Amino acid sequence: MDTIIPFEGIGASVRRKEDLRFLSGRGHYTDDINRPGQTYAWFLRSPHAHARIRAIDLAAARAMPGVIAIFTGEDMAADKIGGVPCGWQIHNKDGSPMAEPPHPVLAQGKVRFVGDAVALVVATTRPQARDAAEAIIVDYDVLPAAADMHQAQAPGAPAVHDDIPSNICYDWHIGDKATTDAAFANAKHVVKFELVNNRLIPNAMEPRAAIGDYDPTTDEHTLYTTSQNPHVIRLLMGAFVLNIPESKLRVVAPDVGGGFGSKIFHYIEEAAVTWAAAKVNLPIKWTADRTESFMTDAHGRDHITQAELALDEEGTFLGLRVVTQANMGAYLSTFATSVPTYLYATLLAGCYQTPTIYAQVKAVFTNTVPVDAYRGAGRPEATFLIERLVDVAARETGIDKIAIRRKNFIRPDQFPYQTPVALQYDSGDYFSTLDMAMKASDWAGFEARRAEAAKQGKLRGIGISTYLEACGIAPSAVVGALGARAGLYEVGVIRVHPTGSVTVLTGTHSHGQGHETTLAQLVSDRLGVPVANVDIVHGDTAKVPFGMGTYGSRSLAVGGSAMVKAMDKIVAKAKRIAAHLMEADVADIEFDRGTFRVAGTDKTKSLTDISLAAYVPHNYPIEEIEPGLEETAFYDPKNFTYPGGCHIAEVEIEIETGIVSMVNFTAVDDVGRVINPMIVEGQVQGGVAQGIGQALLEACVYDAQGQLISGSMMDYTMPRADDLAPVSVATHTTLCTHNPLGVKGCGEVGAIGSPPAVINAVVDALRDYGVRHVEMPATPAKIWSIIHANAPRMAAE
Amino acid sequence: MYDFAYHKPASIADAVKLLAADPEAKVVSGGHTLLPALKHRLNKPTSLIDLSGIADLKGIKKVGNSIVIGALTRHVEVATSEIVAAAIPALAYMASHIGDNQVRNRGTIGGSVSNNDPAADYPGAVLGLGATVHTSKRKIAADDFFQGMFTTALEADEILTAIEFPIPEKAGYAKMKNPASRYVMAGAFVSKGPMGVRVVINGAGPGVFRQSAMEAALAASWAPGAVAGVKQDADGLNSDIHGSAEYRAHLVGVMAKRAIIAAG
Repeated sequence: MDTIIPFEGIGASVRRKEDLRFLSGRGHYTDDINRPGQTYAWFLRSPHAHARIRAIDLAAARAMPGVIAIFTGEDMAADKIGGVPCGWQIHNKDGSPMAEPPHPVLAQGKVRFVGDAVALVVATTRPQARDAAEAIIVDYDVLPAAADMHQAQAPGAPAVHDDIPSNICYDWHIGDKATTDAAFANAKHVVKFELVNNRLIPNAMEPRAAIGDYDPTTDEHTLYTTSQNPHVIRLLMGAFVLNIPESKLRVVAPDVGGGFGSKIFHYIEEAAVTWAAAKVNLPIKWTADRTESFMTDAHGRDHITQAELALDEEGTFLGLRVVTQANMGAYLSTFATSVPTYLYATLLAGCYQTPTIYAQVKAVFTNTVPVDAYRGAGRPEATFLIERLVDVAARETGIDKIAIRRKNFIRPDQFPYQTPVALQYDSGDYFSTLDMAMKASDWAGFEARRAEAAKQGKLRGIGISTYLEACGIAPSAVVGALGARAGLYEVGVIRVHPTGSVTVLTGTHSHGQGHETTLAQLVSDRLGVPVANVDIVHGDTAKVPFGMGTYGSRSLAVGGSAMVKAMDKIVAKAKRIAAHLMEADVADIEFDRGTFRVAGTDKTKSLTDISLAAYVPHNYPIEEIEPGLEETAFYDPKNFTYPGGCHIAEVEIEIETGIVSMVNFTAVDDVGRVINPMIVEGQVQGGVAQGIGQALLEACVYDAQGQLISGSMMDYTMPRADDLAPVSVATHTTLCTHNPLGVKGCGEVGAIGSPPAVINAVVDALRDYGVRHVEMPATPAKIWSIIHANAPRMAAE
Repeated sequence: MYDFAYHKPASIADAVKLLAADPEAKVVSGGHTLLPALKHRLNKPTSLIDLSGIADLKGIKKVGNSIVIGALTRHVEVATSEIVAAAIPALAYMASHIGDNQVRNRGTIGGSVSNNDPAADYPGAVLGLGATVHTSKRKIAADDFFQGMFTTALEADEILTAIEFPIPEKAGYAKMKNPASRYVMAGAFVSKGPMGVRVVINGAGPGVFRQSAMEAALAASWAPGAVAGVKQDADGLNSDIHGSAEYRAHLVGVMAKRAIIAAG
């Protein structure tokens, strides 16, 4: 019974199964869920960046129509509800642990950023809850704010947390200081450079939402939430905040409309509605409006860095010294502390053979919303630093910017390659991705294009970034030794049903990435089941045994590998059943894409024959093999994965206005084995769009009083289609050597590799204006002022 | 938004009556500025008077040497009107570049001009063409109508009914958009015709204004280079996270030049 089906396995650009649902408005998001008797929450939020709460008067608000309950920090303290925890403990240079102030669910005595939650109002309707919140009278004693890292570290700065007068969370380092200092002492060239990595506001399309639901008959709590990792939320909220055992707490993250990291973290609203739902014994829904998203979603990046690169006469890198300040915001978000340390400083070798590196990172509290992982998380900051520094070094040593990269690249024969900052790279081929990108972008023809543009009054520039990143996080023992308070393995369950369709339970979570298709292709490839007959289930702790969720480009490298392990078990068991059915020795059973064959014969059984026998075990070795065909595997990765590649940006600057236009963007990435080329292309393009956004458009701005100035789409420049260039995407594969699929990850490469390519292009466009660096975002006003300030000097020359 | 009463009068007289009776009432046409403000609870009117049921406020017609556009006419209708395209192509061009499709399909000329957002497009065209604003009680010259940020000559019980644009010999519009909001960061509307030579700047200042030095230069010689020697004073212009007053002053010169080129 041969059926011809199109190949849908590894390497096929299968159309995304989930898109019919999303594009026809049938996605099912948290706000689409309505529970019987549901009520609505509104959070009263601080209008001040820093203030003491003298008193809260709830009398008028409690008398408002529809109000069911109003809770403040005092009520939570009375119930002994603590704060939301930080998931990663960093140690200072001297070995002492970081400062870890509590992050109360509702403010306790003090508010520390504009948007800090002061009270939770529960009412029959959302407008009623909001009306009542407006009737709450809070007597604030407004304090001076530490609105940025300069203010926070100035003498006499206000202390964000009273018991941390320095506003320093930790002062950490990595690498060998003595060796690095020695390398600088012997260097021919030392290139010094200072830069800012601009603060960003994630802006997922779907705002955050949470529904708390309590069933008194079973004493079970359910939280529906916009999360990238429901099991992590269950663990953190149950164990550390609300003291609910896992067996009594279900967390559901249904369709989620984009995350980019901002939905990894355990937010106070989740704990508040779960706790309050049990207090009022009614379901409570909270959905952020866009203003709340801007104010309260964890922001990204926000570094100030001084770096020095030591080189010898020929341009060989001898050493790198880096001092970085990283903004934590007012409280420590779930993974905030790991981002500027183990996801940033460990990346500072990039794809180069820099023999010695020493980096110091100071994390600073400010009166702003917490900062945490945002697409790339630490790696874009490292890459921007390295790839700008290499360009500046090339210019100041007079060595060609391509030649200096090639000279210092780690060569293919050097893998596995141990860097001086902890990581060991398993594979890569930076020369090939560079060559391919230069060819695809017609690098050689650029000067002619620049001359042509000049005739139109435009300055054309080309910029390159040869980047490397570490993802597929992460080996549990390694991250545990570094301070992570969780393991970072993944879980996969393969359930082959009696008639041969397959359900996969995965602990990863899809919020736009296309897992329902990519993961199904893994099953199709291995078991020969059409993609249409493979269902991917994720996002519900009641269905999926466990999991750590989706971030750090880990779903395929870690989650996919768990599925492979589970499929190994399925195949092993099925071979034993096949051997019984075909009266052969199990050693003689061959399996290929759904067909079991006795080696050297034409005796075959299909997967469906086996699954049917497994569930209807009439002729079955029941004494030796359990019925059923379902297997679970936990997979803990052996190492990070190391995607890399080359991005080339081409821009044009309109001299009169300073407008920077993207005219071309070329990405050649090594993401390991490609499962679905179409989805990889989309992931890279999306990441590049965010990278261009960071480089040219996006700036989160707080004023000196800690008010968020860029608090809406009117003032925060999200990338639009016409801000982008055609993004040409190609891949060049070297396989990951330590996971069974050979995959590395593609979700973040676009956002990591692209910003320095764009800024290198902008600086190149301005090459006649004596410009060494342009801080992100390169807005028209900023570019015009550079041109304006430098033009007279040009004329004088 | 807060609760409010909703009225949908069928005539201008009824609308005025409702407006006069309630000082806290607001008039709504396209709603593209008012509704977001209501949703953000930045505005708390007791009632909304929806003009969309008043047929007299709609339509575009040529009357003598003018184009008269009813207050409820949507931007898309001006952008695609053959009458406008034939008589004042710069006006059609301007309307076709307001906001995005959704804004142009809902927003109205009367709403935009009554609101007088300093970063809006229409006030530039109305003043730049020396138009006359028709209201429920009188006719107001554009030169008298715009009175600074979100302020006009309209009285509390007065409704803008139409705008009468004299047909110019030539006119042109150019603008630099705010990168985030895509409203006007600095724009220039220039014209030559029965209302003289006009150079009107929008977006850059707290309200739309005539650039008289540029007008004089352009009256002397209608050429793109004519305004090159006129320096816009940065004093009093807007300054924010998107650009300094100096940058906007510079853009005024660039946009004026481009508007003259567009006018031909």
